[in-house]
Amino acid sequence: MDMFPLYNSLRIAGISTVIVFITGIAAAYNVVKLPRVIKGILDCIFTLPLVLPPTVVGYLLLRLMGPRRPFGAWFMTVFGLKLTMTWWSAIFSTSVVIFPLMYRTARGAFESYDITLKQAGETLGLSGPYIFFRITMPYCKTGITAGTVLAFARALGEYGATTMIAGYTPGKTATISTTVYQLWRTNNDGLAMKWVLVNIAISAFVLLIINLVEGRRSRIRTV
Amino acid sequence: MTLSVNIKKSYPGFTLDVSFAASSKRIGILGASGCGKTLTLKSVAGMVKPDEGLISFGNTVWFDKAKKINVKTAGRNVGYLFQNYALFPNMTVKENIAAALHGAGIDKDRDKAARDILKRFELWDIKDHRPDELSGGQQQRTALARIMACEPKLILLDEPFSAMDMFLREGMRLELVRLLDEYDKPVVMVSHDRDEIYQMCDHIILMENGKVIAQGDTDEIFEHPLTPTAARLTGCKNISRIERINDHRIKALDWNGIELITDEKVTEKITYAGIRAHDLIPGEEGVNVIPCGRVMISRLPFEWYVTLENGLWWKTGRDLDDSKALNVLPQYVSIPPEKIILMQ
Repeated sequence: MDMFPLYNSLRIAGISTVIVFITGIAAAYNVVKLPRVIKGILDCIFTLPLVLPPTVVGYLLLRLMGPRRPFGAWFMTVFGLKLTMTWWSAIFSTSVVIFPLMYRTARGAFESYDITLKQAGETLGLSGPYIFFRITMPYCKTGITAGTVLAFARALGEYGATTMIAGYTPGKTATISTTVYQLWRTNNDGLAMKWVLVNIAISAFVLLIINLVEGRRSRIRTV
Repeated sequence: MTLSVNIKKSYPGFTLDVSFAASSKRIGILGASGCGKTLTLKSVAGMVKPDEGLISFGNTVWFDKAKKINVKTAGRNVGYLFQNYALFPNMTVKENIAAALHGAGIDKDRDKAARDILKRFELWDIKDHRPDELSGGQQQRTALARIMACEPKLILLDEPFSAMDMFLREGMRLELVRLLDEYDKPVVMVSHDRDEIYQMCDHIILMENGKVIAQGDTDEIFEHPLTPTAARLTGCKNISRIERINDHRIKALDWNGIELITDEKVTEKITYAGIRAHDLIPGEEGVNVIPCGRVMISRLPFEWYVTLENGLWWKTGRDLDDSKALNVLPQYVSIPPEKIILMQ
């Protein structure tokens, strides 16, 4: 059994999660502070990938990044790299699809954050970064951890947008989900089943971690 | 050092429009909840940005809309005691104080400085506890220690006892007074409790509905509030519209039209009179004798509120026998002329 799809899925999910961890938290942290109308509009845009079919996300990404599309062509001339049909193309699709998960859980955490803690930090002369990393983030730790794990789990399962933008090339762009589809299509039931079991095992493990994290949060609440 | 505030801030359905200047070391802002007193305090601290106006402390201008000056909270060097104390929940008592020292720029010898403060505020034994493991009193002491670690120029206290059990308050008040005296910094305190303000502040500012309605020396304001709202805030239970009869005689329209003699001269401007509930004296000797009529009694543990037939409240010690109360209550009470408060 060629383990490339597992390796590829894990690296795509891992890198996407790191990207979304930073961008999702930054977006959530800043959206919470905005006036209501702008907040509503941005919230809608940031959440959209959650409800759109992944094929729509894939289509939009192709329109943007395809070799003959504006951004794709520009990137090609400047860096000599194409943005589609490579293993890292899947990072774009996966990041867009999992972004709302991170953004929404982080936003929930920041909304329940006690603003007086930030104000107290300011009266004590503490800097913005100190307050953010030493007070705000630890306060929102459980929510953000849950969001991160959930985003990673969803990233592992991403299929629709990924197959459109990265395709299926064995040993190059194949992920677990695209491999399962390909094996089923070519009547290789036995191997398909093996990958299905691998996928279920990883997802169950990740969900178990979420439950442990959430369980800890509810205990804290009752104290 | 004079704290001078003259600001406006509008919200839908509420406008804050306050103006005061005070150089006392203990300034108290007294008002009912929702009157804008906390908002005023937060403006002084820089957490709320006024729409217009000016805030200065001593020679430093903190906010001046016209000159586009708005010093950030961190630059104002004020200590702010929050209603919920706002201790950092992920840090121990010692770490909370170390964070404040870091904010004050004390990085060398920070450990020694932290130790000094912990001992001074009697927090040594609980230095490794997290805020959720502390009692209300310990939390307040930690919050205060954290403030003092920053050596603030001005200390702002936002309802310092509201989160505390009744029976703890009295003791904590004395302790807070002691600690504040020890550090000898100017303090502005906000409260809806007139006892707290009276006990701790020598200059008070009375607020109602976003506006300052009276300000001045605490004793002065309590002894002689100039308006009915000021009187009510200082705890005066009985207030009536009046008609002036002559220079020392009024007719109280809301107390069945009884006529009263006053010590103070009744000028044309006077339209209200007030009587504090504990100033009424039982018996029918002297002047200003008022018949009790049918009374209603509200029993508190150590005192009674008696409502006379004409609506006056009388607060009396509980030296009357409960079972015979209605029989032993006097037929008449009187009010000494010097105790009648005249208001505009």
